[in-house]
Amino acid sequence: MTPRVACAAEQFFGNFKLSDRPLMLLSVKDVQKTYSSAGGSVRALAGVSLELAAGDFVAVQGPSGSGKTTLLLVVGGLLAPDGGEVAIAGENPYKLASDARAQFRATSIGFVFQQFHLVPYLSVLDNVLAASIPTHLVDARQRASELLAHFGLEHRLHHVPGQLSVGERQRTALARALLNRPKLILADEPTGNLDRDNAEAVLGYLTEFANEGGAVLLVTHDDQAAGRAKTTIRMADGRVVE
Amino acid sequence: MNVWRLVVQEIAHRKLNFLLGLLSVAVAVGCLVGAMTLVRGNEFRTGEILAAKQAEVEQAVAEKEKEVAAAGAHLQDVMRKITKGLGFNILILPQDQDLNELHVEGTVSKAMPEKYVTDLAESRIVTINHLLPIVSKKLRWDEYDRTILLTGTRGEVPQAHRDPKKPLLDHVPPGTMVVGFQLHSQLGLKPGDKVTLMGREFEITETYPERGTADDSTVWVNLAEAQEMLGMQNLVNAILALECNCATVDRIAEIREDLAAILQGTQVIERGPPALARAEARNRAALTAQTSLMLEQKAGKEALEREAAGRELVEKQTEDFAAVLVPVVMIACGVWIGFLALMNVRQRTTEIGVLRAIGLKSTQILLIFLGKAILIGLVGALIGYAAGYFVGVSWSDFATTSAKTAQLFDPRLMLLALVIAPLLSGLASWLPAMSAARQDPAVILQGE
Repeated sequence: MTPRVACAAEQFFGNFKLSDRPLMLLSVKDVQKTYSSAGGSVRALAGVSLELAAGDFVAVQGPSGSGKTTLLLVVGGLLAPDGGEVAIAGENPYKLASDARAQFRATSIGFVFQQFHLVPYLSVLDNVLAASIPTHLVDARQRASELLAHFGLEHRLHHVPGQLSVGERQRTALARALLNRPKLILADEPTGNLDRDNAEAVLGYLTEFANEGGAVLLVTHDDQAAGRAKTTIRMADGRVVE
Repeated sequence: MNVWRLVVQEIAHRKLNFLLGLLSVAVAVGCLVGAMTLVRGNEFRTGEILAAKQAEVEQAVAEKEKEVAAAGAHLQDVMRKITKGLGFNILILPQDQDLNELHVEGTVSKAMPEKYVTDLAESRIVTINHLLPIVSKKLRWDEYDRTILLTGTRGEVPQAHRDPKKPLLDHVPPGTMVVGFQLHSQLGLKPGDKVTLMGREFEITETYPERGTADDSTVWVNLAEAQEMLGMQNLVNAILALECNCATVDRIAEIREDLAAILQGTQVIERGPPALARAEARNRAALTAQTSLMLEQKAGKEALEREAAGRELVEKQTEDFAAVLVPVVMIACGVWIGFLALMNVRQRTTEIGVLRAIGLKSTQILLIFLGKAILIGLVGALIGYAAGYFVGVSWSDFATTSAKTAQLFDPRLMLLALVIAPLLSGLASWLPAMSAARQDPAVILQGE
């Protein structure tokens, strides 16, 4: 089933309006990350730099172990880099204390995962509302309902993830990522488990989000998915090679 | 949406984990409450048993007191009657009576006004009773050629301030005669026989058995008739009396002092052995009664002490059992809850990573797990209290009525359970909850 798309998309996605002068939402400068273990060390990021302005939809491609997911975690404020700088809307999350960084993540970044990572015991509506726990969003319920309706899930509000199709689960995850009106969406293989129609729908929503002034960083192996991005960068051995 | 909704939804989703935790807390609290209820029931039962025993002992002692009092009174009465047979032991004589005559001849020749006995009876003297005025003279019973002791008596004179007492010697009505053993046995006299003494005719109404005293050779007639026969109108030779069993150091001196104030011109002598025997016998009777009562009281006290010691042993055994059982069960339940919490954390690793990724703070993750532990503790405490109370009430031999059952309900214990159980449950879950809060979402998400 192809989800229907509401016409007034900006009311769901945007706090940001495209202007003549694009707002810089993500700045990554010479970021480095090395994993150390008893068996030795692995350099996951070796001086990666990139920038995403409002409206950007960037796909990151590369072979397994090239550092794509590490880049996503570093950008998402979940994995502190060994070197370099990360700034989201001008603020370096790694200069914040742990709880403040979590709060920053909640308000500024939306995550979408290949495995959806919905909480199995929460209904669709509650899964989306879970994102409002750290932000205490005033209109959370209304916004969640509107987002879910926008993604064609209004009839699934009280179903648990186990009762949903994979496409519905990913749309639920997308609604959760968008609830707090983030500036940046980080998507890690969001279409990896979806059929073509559902993948197209999800990519359509991401495009819509970018068009409304957000920024999307999409990690994917799928060339078709990458083809929906405005820009594609390729990584290998922890570097941006193209 | 808040953390508590997450907690409740997760509980509803993973019911078994929650139920196992609940069961654990309920068992621990149930053991504690059951043991405490049993101990409380034992204490109440002990109080009840001891109170009943105390009442039983008091009743037994009271009954014994009554029995002893009755038996003592009966014994004293018996002793009084027995010793009464020993006869009068106080002899009030005219002042000028030569006591040598009494001791050597066995008779008294001096007289005093009969009015003395009335004076004495109307006085408030307590040291003597059973007042018997007599005239007595040794004379020849010509009709039977015998020397006899003629005694005239009118019967005991009732004392104005005292309850009437049964007389030691019966009244001899006019025209009648009572005959001593030697006389009636030797002369073949028997009740109903008519005899003549000093020209007067008498009917024998009674013959005495052998006494081994001068009474065996005595003839009793009415006092007025004897006075006429002896020419002693309104006079008596002696007043016989019985001393009371009063606690005193020197009875006879006291009696003499009392009599001196009432009757002038008299003297008093005591017939020693009978008086002493009587006093001794009655004192012994009183002592026997007192000893019996003391023995009963002592036996009651010992029975009470034995019961108290027995109950104390039962209470101590219950407390000792509870002192071992409760900590063991609580520790085991704590470990079990910790294990369940650890399993729960491991089961929810991805969830933790995602919640952290979407911005939940580590304290909120901690609260998710501790909140669940606290809920388990609270609900488990309520169930455990109810179960423990039910078991304690069922096992206690105190709760025999609904009122007593209600008496075993201890709101402080319930409050304690509602505080302690969530606290212990939280403590047992603390380490797993901390490990959940400290999990690195990046590591989790990379693992996925």
